[in-house]
Amino acid sequence: MPGPIQSLSRAAAILRLLAGGERRLGLSEVATSLDLAKGTAHGILRTLQLEGFVEQDPESGRYQLGAELLRLGQSYLDVHELRARALVWADDLARATGEQVYLGVLHQRGVLIVHHVFRPDDSRQVLEVGSMQPLHGTALGKVLLAYDPVARGELEGAELEAYTPRTLTDLADLDAECALTRERGWAGAVEETWEGVASAAALIRDRRRNPVGAVGVSGAVERVCEAGFVRPELVASVRDAARSISRDLGAARF
Amino acid sequence: MTHDQATPDRATHDPLTGDRTTGDRHRAGYVAAIDQGTTSSRCIVFGADGRIVSVEQQEHRQIFPQPGHVEHDGAEIWTRVRSVVRGALEKAGLTRHDIRAVGITNQRETTLLWDRHTGEPVHNALVWQDTRTEALCRELGRNVGQDRFRRETGLPLASYFAGPKIRWLLDNVEGLRERAEAGDILFGTMDTWVIWNLTGGPDGGVHVTDVTNASRTMLMNLHTLEWDARIAESMGVPMAVLPEIRSSAEVYGHAVGDLEGVPVASALGDQQAALFGQTCFDEGEAKSTYGTGTFLLLNTGERIVNSYHGLLTTVGYRIGGEKPVYALEGSIAVTGSLVQWLRDQLGIISTAAEIETLASTVEDNGGAYIVPAFSGLFAPYWRADARGVIAGLTRYVTKGHLARAVLEATAWQTREVVDAMEKDSGVQLTSLKVDGGMTSNNLLMQNIADVLDVPVERPYVAETTALGAAYAAGLAVGFWPDLATLRANWHRAAEWTPRMDDATRDREYRNWIKAVERTKGWVEDEEDDPSDH
Repeated sequence: MPGPIQSLSRAAAILRLLAGGERRLGLSEVATSLDLAKGTAHGILRTLQLEGFVEQDPESGRYQLGAELLRLGQSYLDVHELRARALVWADDLARATGEQVYLGVLHQRGVLIVHHVFRPDDSRQVLEVGSMQPLHGTALGKVLLAYDPVARGELEGAELEAYTPRTLTDLADLDAECALTRERGWAGAVEETWEGVASAAALIRDRRRNPVGAVGVSGAVERVCEAGFVRPELVASVRDAARSISRDLGAARF
Repeated sequence: MTHDQATPDRATHDPLTGDRTTGDRHRAGYVAAIDQGTTSSRCIVFGADGRIVSVEQQEHRQIFPQPGHVEHDGAEIWTRVRSVVRGALEKAGLTRHDIRAVGITNQRETTLLWDRHTGEPVHNALVWQDTRTEALCRELGRNVGQDRFRRETGLPLASYFAGPKIRWLLDNVEGLRERAEAGDILFGTMDTWVIWNLTGGPDGGVHVTDVTNASRTMLMNLHTLEWDARIAESMGVPMAVLPEIRSSAEVYGHAVGDLEGVPVASALGDQQAALFGQTCFDEGEAKSTYGTGTFLLLNTGERIVNSYHGLLTTVGYRIGGEKPVYALEGSIAVTGSLVQWLRDQLGIISTAAEIETLASTVEDNGGAYIVPAFSGLFAPYWRADARGVIAGLTRYVTKGHLARAVLEATAWQTREVVDAMEKDSGVQLTSLKVDGGMTSNNLLMQNIADVLDVPVERPYVAETTALGAAYAAGLAVGFWPDLATLRANWHRAAEWTPRMDDATRDREYRNWIKAVERTKGWVEDEEDDPSDH
C-alpha cells in the first residue's frame, strides 16, 4: 500500500488550522505555523480556494474556511427548499400544459411527491404531497433511475410489480429505457402505472449538476398523447420547467 | 422564492384559455402594473389570461436617520419606477403601443410632500413603519384616546397612517406650512406620487389618489369617501395639499415618457390590490397574504363594519362610479419573521424552508407553544405591554417541536383574526384564499386549514398584488369586460382541506389562548424594555 500523499496531508493540516476558532490567517502565518515554504502553502491554499473549501478576504488577503465545507455535510438538498424554488415554475408548467404537475425525489425504493400543482380546470383534486409513486412505472421514477445510480441500485434484485400490461418489469427493458431517457433528456410513461394516465418528466439538477429530483406532468392519455406518444409541445414545456428550476437552484442561497 | 425572473411568454397557444376566451378580448394586448413596494419597485406585464409576461424589479434605499425613523427618497423611487417600466417592456419585447393600460399598487400610508412647481420632494418620504408620530398621535387623541376618529375613518390613531405624518412634516420642515397654505405643496402617498409623475409631473401631472389609499390617511370619511374637513383641521393639515379622491379603477390621465399615451387607469393599496387580484369580489370572501407579517382582508360588501375586536375598517376597492366595496383588515405583525428569527437569531435552521423539514421530524408540538409578541400583541388584543413567550416546555421538547410551534403560531394568529372578523361582521368564512412566500410551506398551509376548519386555497399567480392593479386598470379601459371574466382567470393551484378532529382543535386552541395570556403585562413601564435601547 502506498504511503499518504504529502500534499493532501498538508491541505488537511491547513484546514484544521483555519478551523481552530473563528479566525482568518494570512499566508505567512499559515506557512510559519505548519513549517511550510511560503510557495508550497500558497499553492495548497489556492487549490483549496478553487474548490471552495477556503475563501480569501479580498481586502486583507487573509484566508478562512469556505462555504463549500459546510455543504459537504449536507448530502442532500432540503426538499422544502426545492419546493420553494420550484413553485413559480411548476405553476407555470401547469398553466402552460393544462395538466397536473408533480415534483418527486428518490425516497427509499420509490418516488416521494414533494410538490403537486392541480390541473387548472378547477375540478375537485386532492393534494398528493407526501404520497409515493413507483420508480419503474412513472416518468418521474424513470428519470431518477436514468440519472441517479442510487435509485437504480434500489431496484437490483427487486420483484417489479406489473401495475398494467404495459408496466416494464424486466430490468434489461428498464435499462434500455433509461439509456433512451439520458439520450433524449426526458422520460415518458404511457399507462404504465394507471390505465388511462400518461406522464412525462425531466431531471432537476443542483448547482453541481447532481441529480436532485424530477419534475413532470401527468394526465389523461387522450390529452397527453398523440398517436400513442407524448405530445412534443408538452415535452418541451416539461424540459423548460426542469431547466428553469435547475437554474434557480444554482442561484445564491438566501 | 425568486420572483424576479421573467416567466417566458407562451401565450401564443394556451390550451387553458384557448376555449375560455369570451367576448371581445384584445388578443394582442397587455396590461402593465407598477408595484411600488416598501423595499423595491416592480413592473409586471400581464397577458389577457392573467399570466405574467415579464417582470422587472429594483430595490431602493432604506434610510434610517435615527431609531424609529424610516425614510425613502421620493426622487429615487420615481427613478426606479421609470427604470423598471422600461425594463419590463424590453424583457417582454413590447412597446408602449402594446400596453392597453397601466395600473398602480403601492406600499400604503408612506407619505411624501413635494413642490408642485418643481416636482422636488421637500423632505424624504416618511415610511409607514416610521414611529416618529407616536407622541403626536397620543396628543391628537386628546381626552378621547386612540379611537377619536375611528367612527369616521375606521382607523385608530396610530403612527402608521398618513395624516399625522403630513402634520409632522409641516411642523418640522422650515417654512413648509406657509408654502402649503399658499398652495405650492402637494401631498401624496406613493400612488399619488407615481401617477403625478407618470402623467407629466409639474407639466400637467394629475394630482389624485384612490379611495383605498385615501382610507389609510385618517383624513377620509368612509361614508362619504371625501376628505373630512373637520379632521383635517384637527390634525392641522391644509386641504390645499390633498389630492382629489377618485375610484380605484378609472382613467386618471395619460402617461408621458416611455408609456406615452397609455391610460393610467388604476390605483390600489397593496393589500387591497391582493384582495382584488385574488378576485374576492363577493361579501364574505377573504384573502390572507403570508410574508414577514400577514394581512388578512375580508370583503364586507357595501357594509361599513365597525370593529369592536381590534380590526381596521377600510375601503376594499371602488370600480369607477359603482358603489364602494368595504373590507375588514386584520394584520399579524410576526409570522414569516418568526421563522427568520429561528434562522438568524437562534440558528436552529439555515434556510427558511428548512423549518418544514425540522417540523416534519415530529408528529405534534410536544406541548410547546410560541407566542411571538415581540413588540406587544396586535389584533385582536392590542396589548403593548405583552412580550413573547415559549410556554409548555418540558424535558421532552425538541427543536422539532419548537419548529412546529413556530408554524402553529402563524396558524393560531390567523384563527384569532378570523374569529374577530366573524364576530364583527357576522359573516362565517367558508374558505381562505392565500398568497405570499409562506404558501410554499405545505405543513403550514395544512395547519391553517386544520385550525380554521375551512379549506385553504392557493391560486396560480403568486403575484396577486400586481395582478390586482392590472385587473383594475384593465377593467377601466374595457380590456376585460367584467368581474366574471377576471374570476374565470382565477384557478386553484392547490387546496388544503381540514383534517384535524374537533376535540384536538378545541384543546389546542385552549392551550394557545393560555400561552397568549402569559405574554400580557410583561413590560411594567417603558423604561423596563431592553428592546427599546
